[in-house]
Amino acid sequence: MQRGECFGLLGPNGAGKSTLIKILTTLLLPTSGVAVVAGYDVATEPYQVRRRINLVSGGDSSGYGVLTVRETLHLFSQFYGVPGPVARRRAEELMQVTGLAEKADARLAGLSTGMRQKLNFARGFMSDPEIIFLDEPTLGLDVGASRDVRGFIARWVRERSERTVLLTTHYMMEADELCGRVAIIDHGRILALDTPTALKRTLRDQPVFEFQVSATGQDLDRLREIDGVRSVSHHAHPATGAVELKVVVREDDVIGEVLGRLKGLERSVLHLRKMEPTLETVFIHHVGRGLTDEEADGS
Amino acid sequence: MAPDSAGSGPTLGQRIAMNAAAVYARGSVRVKASFRERSWLVGETLFPFLAMSAFVLVYRGLHAPREYEGFVVLGGAMIAYWNNVIWGMASQFFWEREQGQLQLYLITPVSRMSILLGMALGGIAMTTTRAAAILIGGVLLFHVDLPLSRALPAFGLFVLTLGAAYSLGMILSSLFLLWGREVWHTATILQEPIYLFSGFYFPVSAMGVVIAIAGSLLPVTLGLDGIRQVFYGPAAHGLLPLRWIPPIQIALTTLFLYIAHVALRFMEDLGKHEGRLTVRGD
Repeated sequence: MQRGECFGLLGPNGAGKSTLIKILTTLLLPTSGVAVVAGYDVATEPYQVRRRINLVSGGDSSGYGVLTVRETLHLFSQFYGVPGPVARRRAEELMQVTGLAEKADARLAGLSTGMRQKLNFARGFMSDPEIIFLDEPTLGLDVGASRDVRGFIARWVRERSERTVLLTTHYMMEADELCGRVAIIDHGRILALDTPTALKRTLRDQPVFEFQVSATGQDLDRLREIDGVRSVSHHAHPATGAVELKVVVREDDVIGEVLGRLKGLERSVLHLRKMEPTLETVFIHHVGRGLTDEEADGS
Repeated sequence: MAPDSAGSGPTLGQRIAMNAAAVYARGSVRVKASFRERSWLVGETLFPFLAMSAFVLVYRGLHAPREYEGFVVLGGAMIAYWNNVIWGMASQFFWEREQGQLQLYLITPVSRMSILLGMALGGIAMTTTRAAAILIGGVLLFHVDLPLSRALPAFGLFVLTLGAAYSLGMILSSLFLLWGREVWHTATILQEPIYLFSGFYFPVSAMGVVIAIAGSLLPVTLGLDGIRQVFYGPAAHGLLPLRWIPPIQIALTTLFLYIAHVALRFMEDLGKHEGRLTVRGD
């Protein structure tokens, strides 16, 4: 990673994203090799690393029920030596940005889960870190709040050239929008690393087709047996009950055979379109499955 | 990640200031909580007062010397602090881990001992309400004799005792940090035996020299013994000569703080190695 960039880390569950973040934030020691943050070894110089970083894990909350939002932000700023007046000003700004201003004097015990997550997000920026690790920062937030958070992250990185973000997310659109570069990892290995545009360009010659097929029928993973099919991803659509299927093929002609096999698998095709490459299709191409596949499996 | 140009870091003075701010910030959480959550007053003040009252009435029923009622009141006050050492400070890292926010403390550049010290000072402020209620209640309701003329030296010894007790709590905190649930169960099991062998409600020398010396490894036992001697002299049936107790408490504080520093670092490193610092329900 380079200073000043927003770097995205994409990978399925178990790929090693959170483990990597724990190592880089000095919460876990690497079993081998050396991890360096801001020029400092996380294993031997954790203090120097900690001065420069902060961490937001989406879905988590922080603070104590008896404290107010404002007090909580101030509390966590004090562990980084932020002077009182600076901390107070920063807390006001962050509460405005995250929509917490109206709840500034409300105790955490009375906040909704979403509000507490926003507070946790704001907390991460109270120390104005050089490097912030955002592990699924919009997890569980509603659409509007997620948009606000993404806007804040983008502005925050732009404001000062030395600020750096490492972002993990399940939302490909989020990574596409925010990240200058993206790494796709699985089982602890980097499978692809480039700008989102460059990654998508690599799939220009590998067509992606999106299907909607009936929910009943035989196993869709058998489509992988077709010569010319590079990867297959599918998950149930929660609203319609149908299955959304994405197939990356070597060339357009292969789709005829895919359609024939779907018929053999007793799956009715409800919808079919050819997609422009997206970060999601890049992910499917490299990992062999989509992020939502695993969520559907509950793994 | 790319090298940093910010230099090697803050000066010693800046680090001290940062840690002092952390102590104040963490301590203030407890103080604010004590004002905002009044319900704890019943559980933390009234019920312990009833337990203490029972012992006073037993001694009175047995026509024990009046000093024994003073022993009970002082013991009841000291129990409050010991409970705060265990459940208000030592175990806190375990609870923070269970709530998923231990990592927020561990990634900060401040010393873990500063965070614990903040918990300790905040806890002392909170616990003093309970201790004061027991002392004042004992004096007003049971007319327990606590000579005010000896309050100052007693307070000095009390401060030394708290220093040693909370330093021991920091060592125990390192155990809670890694083996939270197991240590929690052990502490729960040991609570009543500690009440007994520390002589909270009677002179610890009554347990016999060997058990009393063993019990005195806990600073509260020794401190309570000394404070009773300050107030009641030979009638306190002291275990050790009073003049020995302050230097022992100072030595214990120094030793415990050093061990706590080493133990916290060791346990944190072990936890980082085993990946257990951020695992809940462990």
